[in-house]
Amino acid sequence: MNAFFTLVARDLRLAYRRKAEVLSALFFFVVVAALFPLAIGPEAAMLRQIGPGVLWVGALLASILSLPRLFENDWRDGSLEHLMLSPHPLGLLVLGKICAHWLVSGLPLVALAPVLGLQFDLPPDVLGMLSLSLLLGTPVLSCIGAMGAALTLGVRGGGVLIALLVLPLFVPVLVFGAGAVQAMQSGLGAQAHVSILLAMLLPAVFFSPWACSAALRIALE
Amino acid sequence: MTMRWFYYAAPQTFYGLAGRLWPWLAALALALTLAGLWVGFGLAPSDAQQGEGYRIIFVHVPVSWMSMIIYLAMAFWSVLGLTFNTRLSGMMTRALAPTGAMFAFLSLWTGALWGKPMWGTWWVWDARLTSELILFFLYLGYMALVSAIDDVRRADRAGALIAIVGAINVPIIYFSVKWWNTLHQGASVSLTRSPSMAQLMLWGMLLMALAMWAYTLAMVCYRVRTLIIERERHTDWVQALPEVAGAKA
Amino acid sequence: MRWESWSEFWYMGGYGLYVWGSMGMTALLLLLEIWQARVAHLNTLALARSELFMEQE
Repeated sequence: MNAFFTLVARDLRLAYRRKAEVLSALFFFVVVAALFPLAIGPEAAMLRQIGPGVLWVGALLASILSLPRLFENDWRDGSLEHLMLSPHPLGLLVLGKICAHWLVSGLPLVALAPVLGLQFDLPPDVLGMLSLSLLLGTPVLSCIGAMGAALTLGVRGGGVLIALLVLPLFVPVLVFGAGAVQAMQSGLGAQAHVSILLAMLLPAVFFSPWACSAALRIALE
Repeated sequence: MTMRWFYYAAPQTFYGLAGRLWPWLAALALALTLAGLWVGFGLAPSDAQQGEGYRIIFVHVPVSWMSMIIYLAMAFWSVLGLTFNTRLSGMMTRALAPTGAMFAFLSLWTGALWGKPMWGTWWVWDARLTSELILFFLYLGYMALVSAIDDVRRADRAGALIAIVGAINVPIIYFSVKWWNTLHQGASVSLTRSPSMAQLMLWGMLLMALAMWAYTLAMVCYRVRTLIIERERHTDWVQALPEVAGAKA
Repeated sequence: MRWESWSEFWYMGGYGLYVWGSMGMTALLLLLEIWQARVAHLNTLALARSELFMEQE
């Protein structure tokens, strides 16, 4: 367990030293959220309608952008092999890396989204649901995405390839995440959506480290 | 019995088996296709609601079924391959993928052509069509992954993992899309609500489905042989084959 | 036979474009796939043959 926290702390420290990579994914989110109204028009009623979807897709794409970083740097300098050879269970270590990655790439999206939601004229309770749905959904994205990152380690065309592999698998999270916000918007109540998001989060957190370890062994053996 | 299976798991023996099988499977596919087309276009009556347009189901339903069955087969071979570490499993999965992707595309194409006259638009966000679209993406993802990785064994194993994960996700994806669809369209039209089936319509569809199955098996056998030669071309047995050594077979 | 004439068959009750568009694309892709598989097989045989002869030299 100590290994887990040490690894998380280490990854956070490393991410802090490479702030630019992290921040650029977040800025991507901001830019994408601004592009849609520019493309579609400033009419408030329409923006309110598309807002949840646009913000969710933006968060999704920003998550994918940050995925290559998850294993790449460690793989390049050999520390990934060290991790794999260590006596600690690889699944635990992978979970640590995914946690650190989410803290740095996913959690900021959760915080940013309501601010961007103001651009879409979304009321406070909807903004709250937006944050909650992203809070539950982005870890799932990190978990699924990590497996894609592990499989494509060192492969040509990495980032786009990860997106192609992982986006279809993201669809359920997207449907229920954006759906939760829309349900809140229409007054129907989002309990069902939130429950389903939770139901997706728990298996993702349990199985993803195992799948990622398998993927890393395939990539590195 | 298990010995028998592992015997055929060796590329050399499977090469021979597949070589004997594919011509028969191809002939079977052709015969079933002709029979199916005859029943479907020559004998089956027109539909009360959809007129002659419903006849698209004679290809739409078979290709949709096959696109799903093939993905399951890929997942099956992938599990086998990762468990037993056999080389043939990776080749079988790779041999299946292009055919599956083609059928998925055809499902979308024929679905669109069926939807246009019936519901007025080329694309309908019907739960099944949308899931089929995502299945098509899953195929493309697999094919992109195995072709991007240079090391053949690593590519096989990585592909196997993504195929398995994809297969596990397919029901989840279908469920979420179905839920999404009913929420947004209400009790809407279903593109796949087939006309109440007259006997002959059903027969035509089944014959075509079996034809596609036979075609797939033939194609996979044929393609696996190509893969086997490509990968094993430095072995003695391949170099001794009449096709390779020069003597006309 | 159900159809009175060939032109009726092609017309397919007004749905000709859609029915034959579907059947046609299906036939086209199947034939393309068969052709592509055959070409790939012949190329692979040629590859194996050329490597064999290079080794023999």
